[in-house]
Amino acid sequence: MAAVTLTVNGKAHRVDVDPDCPLLYVLRDTLELNNPRFGCGLGQCGACTVLVENRAVRSCSLPVSRVTGANAKNVITIEGLAANGRPHPVQQAFIDEQAFQCGYCLNGWVLTAKALLDTNPKPSDAEVRRACESLVCRCGSHTRIFSAVQRAVTAKNTAVKA
Amino acid sequence: MNPRKGGVSRREFVAGGLVVGFSMLDGELVPRLFAQAATSAAPSPKRLESWLHILPDGSVQVFTGKLEIGMGVDTALTQIVAEELDLSPSRVKFVFGDTSTTVDQGGVGGSTSVSQGSRPLRNVAAAARAALLQRASQRLGVPVEQLQVKDGVISAGTKRITYGEIATALAAEQDLKVTGAGFALNVDGGAKPKDPAGYTVVGTSVPRIDMAPKILGTYKYVTDVRVPGMLHGRVIRPAGVGASVVSVDDSAARSIAGYVKTVVDKDFVGVVCENEWAAVKAARAVKVTWSAPLRAFPEQKDLYSYMRAAKPKATRQIPKTGDVDAALATAAKTIDARYDVPFQSHATMGPGCGVADVKPDGVTTVWSGGQKPHALQKGYAQLLGVPADRVRVVWMQDAGSYGRPGFEDAGADAVLLSKAVGRPVRVQWMRHDMTAWGAKGPACVYDLAGAIDAQGNVTGVRFVSRAFSGGAILFLPDAAGNYLGAQLTGIKNTTGVDEFADWGGAAPNYRFQNLDASSHVLAEFHDVASPLRSTHLRDPEGPATSFAVESFIDELAAAAGVDPLALRLKHIEEPRAKYALQAAADKYGWDTRVSPKPKTADHLVTGRGIALGVRNGTYVGTIAEVEVNRASGVVKVTRLVCSHDCGLIVNPDALKSTIAANLIQSLGRTTKEEVMFDRSTVTSVDWNSYKVARASDVPAVVDIVLINRKELPPGGAGEPSSRATAAAIANAVFDATGVRIRQIPLSPEKVKAALA
Repeated sequence: MAAVTLTVNGKAHRVDVDPDCPLLYVLRDTLELNNPRFGCGLGQCGACTVLVENRAVRSCSLPVSRVTGANAKNVITIEGLAANGRPHPVQQAFIDEQAFQCGYCLNGWVLTAKALLDTNPKPSDAEVRRACESLVCRCGSHTRIFSAVQRAVTAKNTAVKA
Repeated sequence: MNPRKGGVSRREFVAGGLVVGFSMLDGELVPRLFAQAATSAAPSPKRLESWLHILPDGSVQVFTGKLEIGMGVDTALTQIVAEELDLSPSRVKFVFGDTSTTVDQGGVGGSTSVSQGSRPLRNVAAAARAALLQRASQRLGVPVEQLQVKDGVISAGTKRITYGEIATALAAEQDLKVTGAGFALNVDGGAKPKDPAGYTVVGTSVPRIDMAPKILGTYKYVTDVRVPGMLHGRVIRPAGVGASVVSVDDSAARSIAGYVKTVVDKDFVGVVCENEWAAVKAARAVKVTWSAPLRAFPEQKDLYSYMRAAKPKATRQIPKTGDVDAALATAAKTIDARYDVPFQSHATMGPGCGVADVKPDGVTTVWSGGQKPHALQKGYAQLLGVPADRVRVVWMQDAGSYGRPGFEDAGADAVLLSKAVGRPVRVQWMRHDMTAWGAKGPACVYDLAGAIDAQGNVTGVRFVSRAFSGGAILFLPDAAGNYLGAQLTGIKNTTGVDEFADWGGAAPNYRFQNLDASSHVLAEFHDVASPLRSTHLRDPEGPATSFAVESFIDELAAAAGVDPLALRLKHIEEPRAKYALQAAADKYGWDTRVSPKPKTADHLVTGRGIALGVRNGTYVGTIAEVEVNRASGVVKVTRLVCSHDCGLIVNPDALKSTIAANLIQSLGRTTKEEVMFDRSTVTSVDWNSYKVARASDVPAVVDIVLINRKELPPGGAGEPSSRATAAAIANAVFDATGVRIRQIPLSPEKVKAALA
């Protein structure tokens, strides 16, 4: 165990954890940030996704030491996406599309979409699918999810023009 | 003793009669506080106050044994109650599936939450509205007939009074008349519900009440429950079916910081630690020596021949029509076909979680995402050896459950571990605990024969199904032996039932001059703690049986030289089924012709297939368009069209979203999903070895045609659109290639081999 600083959603936390402990358990159990969810613990489904320096990362397979201490990085969970009390535009697009069924998987889809649009503001449908191929939605909400991503693309590009 | 932050306990709530005024709930269930609440038996369905309270601000608090498992039932029920009370949906709040505060409505299942589960709520809301109007009439001195209600404000001309203003003055009214039980429970307060023709809330696309909170990260799932003093548990399952504990060595685990205990009860093994990561590590570090597992399962390649040769444990036959033997003997053409469907896994997105707080005196609270909290209350009480009213089960949403996936077992594991350590324990299943050891949808095989006369008429059909029972692990988990962990401690499963893959029940009820249909149930390979124990998986036996029947109808059409839609329309009697098929065909632009398409030398070939799904009064027509790569065997579904008639539609947008999801899930069940096993255990353990639909599998176009029947009550919609997908795809592959694939999944290897 070692006390380290972990920065999540812009806030620094002092946590005393096993450096090998996956980030997921530190977020959920130590910081009570419950949205990254345990899906497989194997990096195969994306339910545990967080943003690390704006890249979508599987927190179930990432030792906490990779984002603390000398490797300190800014971690964003879905709780931290909203700004000034307003949903992030990507979140809003998913809300507008009523995109999910149970929603257990949604951290993977929403944060992967956010990271994708940050680097590729106008992805094609094929590019969206490629970016999402490593995610699982067991309920099968994919068609709404893809619509939500395209809605976010439209909103983003409309906003830029305005 | 406040079970809710800023709120009041149910006992305080119900103290004063029909509608009791108390401080407003803040709407948020706070699990950690629930733990301090007393347990009690479920409230009586006879009392209006068991179902509904009107609060001083005029909003309504509803208590229901129904729950939300991902398809928007919570929103639909909100709309139905709001409609009946003339309130805006935002002023109707629900408590779902808490055994100490909600009536036992059988939980949810079988696509009945709206079709059956909403009826008592509608009647209760109507009774409450009638009582409120009666009271308002007295207060305002205006006859009831002259009163108007708008969003909880009762008025007549300039006179007005609100629900909230008269709520506290109401005394207990007459008891409700109770009929039925479980899913079919209904109550009647004597007030006539509204005429659906005047609906303004039901039938509109109210945004789902859970959707924004989920996406914004404020929704609480059962996995997020934290109870003071709570420990974390993990289970260690046997090396295979029938393997027993020989020895347990926890010496390596003892050095893990936060390690508390390894719990061993016969063949049930679990670890408990102060934190989750320690529990994960401890479960790996504990060395369990198991006896050699039984070789209880056949080789996987022999599964279907085993099933055809096995002596059935039960058989059911529908009444015969005519003489099929004679029809086959005199036919101009006969066809025989065998269809095989493997075991499939619920493979829930979250692998399963339960939190249990077993006090030394047996008073217990369990938080579970299982679909039937009141049944779990009985089962967990039996597991603990205490009366049911000492156990409170609080439902909170887990991942989509699709039946009886194992959330029930995870809760039982938590009960066993909490009892053993005397502290609250949260059990989070790992991926393999669900995918390998969760109960399974049963494997089913079907043998069909058909007779066609010289004029191309289908004159007879014989149908024989052989399946493991979808009720071996009963969908109603109300006995200890239902749970895997309990079975591992030596408790027998005594509640299994034989469930049949029936003609006319699990597939459309086509009429033929001569028809002989029988269904057999096969005994389990091993009746204790088997990873191939079978139970309800979304639309039990429906997708499998419909795959066989709806493929065979296509085979008959091809052999008879008629269009597959035309043959269906000729042999199905129900007008709504015909209408649904035709609606899908119209949307698709169905080109009437015989399948398959003429053969080409093309590398990529395309085709379309149609299938009918009929489930308890809901009618679905599904059309799949596919592109088959003849070299690789890859079947790409390029378009799905689904027509859907479930009677009156409560929320069109939420319904469409559920149908679309069912289509994609069932597409994956058709082309990818298969539980893999060796002689002793399940070897598909994760998302790589148990594949489900992914982004690349999703068709570019999914068209949904809603058929709204305002003259009918709302029917079920959770499962029916799963039913016809497999046959539609297989029929499309046949149309494209001229080759019939009769085995699920339609994997590239299988399709490639069939095309060779």
